[in-house]
Amino acid sequence: MSSKSVVLRILDVVAVLLLAASTYLALFFAPTEAQMGQVQRVFYFHVATAWVGMLGFMAATLAGVIYLITKNLKWDTVAMSAVEISLVFFFITIVLGSIWARPIWNTWWTWDPRLTTAAITELIYIAYFMLRQAVDDPERRARFSAVYALLFGPSVPLTFYAIRMYRTIHPVVVGSGQADTLPLTAEMKIAFFFALFAFTVIFVDLFWNRIRLGRLQQQVEQLRLSASD
Amino acid sequence: MSAQAVQRPRAEAADARAGEAPPRGRSSSFFGAMVAVVQKDIAAEFRSRELLSAMLVFSLLVVLIFNFALELDIQTRRGVTAGVLWTTFAFAGTLGLNRSMAVEKDRGCLDGLLLAPVDRAAIYLGKAISNLAFMLVVEAAVLPIYSFLYNVNLLRPGLLLVILLGSIGYAAVGTLLSAMAVHARTRDILLPILLFPLAVPVLIAAVKASGGYLANAPYADIKPWISLLIGYDVIFTSIAYMLFDFVVEE
Repeated sequence: MSSKSVVLRILDVVAVLLLAASTYLALFFAPTEAQMGQVQRVFYFHVATAWVGMLGFMAATLAGVIYLITKNLKWDTVAMSAVEISLVFFFITIVLGSIWARPIWNTWWTWDPRLTTAAITELIYIAYFMLRQAVDDPERRARFSAVYALLFGPSVPLTFYAIRMYRTIHPVVVGSGQADTLPLTAEMKIAFFFALFAFTVIFVDLFWNRIRLGRLQQQVEQLRLSASD
Repeated sequence: MSAQAVQRPRAEAADARAGEAPPRGRSSSFFGAMVAVVQKDIAAEFRSRELLSAMLVFSLLVVLIFNFALELDIQTRRGVTAGVLWTTFAFAGTLGLNRSMAVEKDRGCLDGLLLAPVDRAAIYLGKAISNLAFMLVVEAAVLPIYSFLYNVNLLRPGLLLVILLGSIGYAAVGTLLSAMAVHARTRDILLPILLFPLAVPVLIAAVKASGGYLANAPYADIKPWISLLIGYDVIFTSIAYMLFDFVVEE
């Protein structure tokens, strides 16, 4: 467990290359959008990072369930890593969204369902880490984190649904929400789906690295606890 | 002194567990245990009245602050009444939830409760019901006072229903979270930080539904919010009921 596995090292390199390729596709290969201009290119990364954020969210909730069933502390590390990655990537999503919104909507922020839910999710993640910080015992910390993950799992979709109802005059049938289906040309679709793929690989790479780091931290903590006895 | 009282039951529990497995859930009825917890909390509260008085005074102070924070004419004020009420209830509720669990932990009562051969979920429901009861008492006191201060009738059945449903959801999640937060040094600030983001659906639905009833909106407009409240209450009471055991196990 002390040195990085070869697969992970290769994955690191692959992830960086995919990021570079995706950047090229988004910034140079894809054509400039007719109405929005260059700022539309942000959209390729914005959706991809949001996608990674959602992967992290689901991984965290799932890892929480598995921890409570198996009581194996490695799943706590998995959950914590997932939340951390999701926190960072949703933040990137928000920043990219703001960069796009300022010229297009003439505002940095708007209280529409998706943005509001993203902001609330960030606050939930921060609360998650504050909860972890407040508990010293590793086993209890893992339990509490898993319970909180199982609470925010259903709460966030409910929040999104509630805000969507709030912002429309009449309730909307459960569907994909606001329709902002931009008409994408073939090249744009390539850039878009490649970005999704690249960021999924980046997510796996970061996730694996973070879990490895977390397990090393766990070992240090256990050594420290046994040394102080 | 309370630390020693806590150590002894824990040692006894360890002995009991080493000796034979004490049966749980069957020896004492679920409903009986739940009612016993509620009775204990209400009896304790009637003796000291520290929780209810603190929550009530705090609520009135919040209403007072809102009076200066939102200097409004009658028209605009009508629109924000629901929001002011629910902000007040959310903050006062947090106070009650915190104090209720903190008192248990600090006096070693929580350990005592957990040693009882009853289903842990019964303890959860008992605590949740008593927390709900305290919230409802405070809300019942704030409503007429607010009506008096702002010359608006808040004692309407629709509004009362919304307040009940919203309080149920809030207390259900809050009780579970307070059982976690109570172990931290920063327990008083940690509970609101944990609770508010999760309680957003309740607050949104409660404010919209309350506002609807106050504005005499047609029921068709209010119905989706009531449905959301009921859905949240059912989902989260069930989840909290199942997870309480994991939170309090040693």
